Amino acid sequence: MIRLIDVHKEYDNGTKALKGINLRIDDGEFAFLVGPSGSGKSTIIKLLTGEISASQGRVIVNGYNLNNIRRWQIPHMRRTLGIIFQDFRLIEKKTVQGNLEFAMRTVGASGREMRKRIPYVLDLVGLDSKGDAYPNEMSGGEQQRVAIARALVNNPKMIIADEPTGNLDPRRSLEIMTLLERINAMGTTMLVVTHERDLVNRFSKRVVAIKDGELIRDGQGGYYRA
Amino acid sequence: MRRFNLGYFIKEGFTSIFSHGLMSFAAVCMIVACLIIMGSFSLLAVNVDGMLSQLEEENEFLAFIDEDYTESQISALMEQVRRLDNVGEVKYITRAQAKADYLKGHETEGLYVNLPDEVLRDRLSIHVVDLERFTETVEAVYALPGVVNYRAAGEVAEGFVAVRNAVTALAWVLIGILAAVSLFIISNTTRLAAFARREEIAIMKMCGATDGFVRWPFIVEGLILGLMGAIVAFFLQWAVYTAVSGALLKNGGSNLFTLMDFKLLWKRVLMIFLASGAAIGALGSGFAIRKFLQV
Ligand SMILES: Nc1ncnc2c1ncn2[C@@H]1O[C@H](COP(=O)(O)OP(=O)(O)O)[C@@H](O)[C@H]1O
Ligand SMILES: [Mg+2]
Repeated sequence: MIRLIDVHKEYDNGTKALKGINLRIDDGEFAFLVGPSGSGKSTIIKLLTGEISASQGRVIVNGYNLNNIRRWQIPHMRRTLGIIFQDFRLIEKKTVQGNLEFAMRTVGASGREMRKRIPYVLDLVGLDSKGDAYPNEMSGGEQQRVAIARALVNNPKMIIADEPTGNLDPRRSLEIMTLLERINAMGTTMLVVTHERDLVNRFSKRVVAIKDGELIRDGQGGYYRA
Repeated sequence: MRRFNLGYFIKEGFTSIFSHGLMSFAAVCMIVACLIIMGSFSLLAVNVDGMLSQLEEENEFLAFIDEDYTESQISALMEQVRRLDNVGEVKYITRAQAKADYLKGHETEGLYVNLPDEVLRDRLSIHVVDLERFTETVEAVYALPGVVNYRAAGEVAEGFVAVRNAVTALAWVLIGILAAVSLFIISNTTRLAAFARREEIAIMKMCGATDGFVRWPFIVEGLILGLMGAIVAFFLQWAVYTAVSGALLKNGGSNLFTLMDFKLLWKRVLMIFLASGAAIGALGSGFAIRKFLQV
């Protein structure tokens, strides 16, 4: 779940990226966050992951109040999130399996837990035969599936994806979005940032639109026009 | 974190060391230099201390008697000395006896022609009761008429104390400088390692790694470098000490400057080296990794 209450963000250089955002996303929802480039989408994502903090207003993520969270609590908050980026951010010198183990080891999982969980998520993203492949041996769509598998592997409550299809052709983009929809159907809350209008319009989902740091539209199942 | 994954931290530490070998090598060399200098000065200090306590055990000094004194005057002087505070046994040694004693140890050296005057004087060998008041007692005896000179090991001991203090001060300055340089080099090594892995670190943080989890492999890396330095330094120190000790024995032969056997010292040296190496390594890398933990 996400609660943004009158959130402002001004960067150190004076850029006002967010100007009073109110947003509520409940557990189990699927929401697109759309808007033109520079409108503040990534700024919202960074606020949610604790990478930056709000200049004003309240930010609550999966029950953690990020306004007064302790530094040591941030890792625990992040473990409730799966984060996906446009550029995949896989470790090139590790195999698919290695990348997933890396993510699980980070939170202290045992070898037994890894052996149980990794085949399951690889199967879920359709890469059950690719465990030993290296990222650079794979297509962009496959790499993003690995990133999705990694986001899922620690069983998060919510997945946050910042332009996950930005580097992919329309067919792969659709596949990835369909995969995210399926994962949401299994119970994981989903917030997907994108500025690809056609893609958004193929799904009948909640669309939150921002422009110049302000929320301009928030509608269930609505189409999105720039 | 559910488990403390020691095997993982150690493996990561070693991998990192070999991925930037030159810097690691430089770091180890600096630590070795630092420890060797620290060790050499400390060993010198330990030996000087040893000599000091040896000297202090000889709670006896010699008072040389005026050449013009007669037997009866000497007897009177002995009485006077005995009555002094803090004086134990007093023994009269004639110059003939003294020379015979002296030559006994030096038959082969033909040095007797150059024997200093005092050696040829009649003297009193005086035992001091309380060592703490050694100098005070020597002065009281020297103040008596008829005592023209004295020789007290305690004096030598006092000279040694001055030397030791100077050596200790110099050692601390050098140790401070070298420790700072070692810390700096270790920090840079870690910084390099962390920079090379900044993407992995970012991914770890994104997946919810604690600061500790990110930090440990780097601390382990610093520890390994520090301990490697300590072990190399230990063997080098051993070799240097043995060589110096051997050279002293061959050239000097004077028992005042014989170094203690390394067998008596090696455990302490090794422990101190390992502890210092580990501390420098862990501190240096722990310090360097801090800024990579932001985000
Ligand atoms: N670290 C930063 N420092 C200063 N300005 C920034 C920073 N990050 C983003 N901005 C600015 O904030 C605004 C919103 O950026 P961003 O949230 O990245 O937009 P979007 O993801 O919607 O393209 C832009 O004007 C951008 O230039
Ligand atoms: Mg963006």
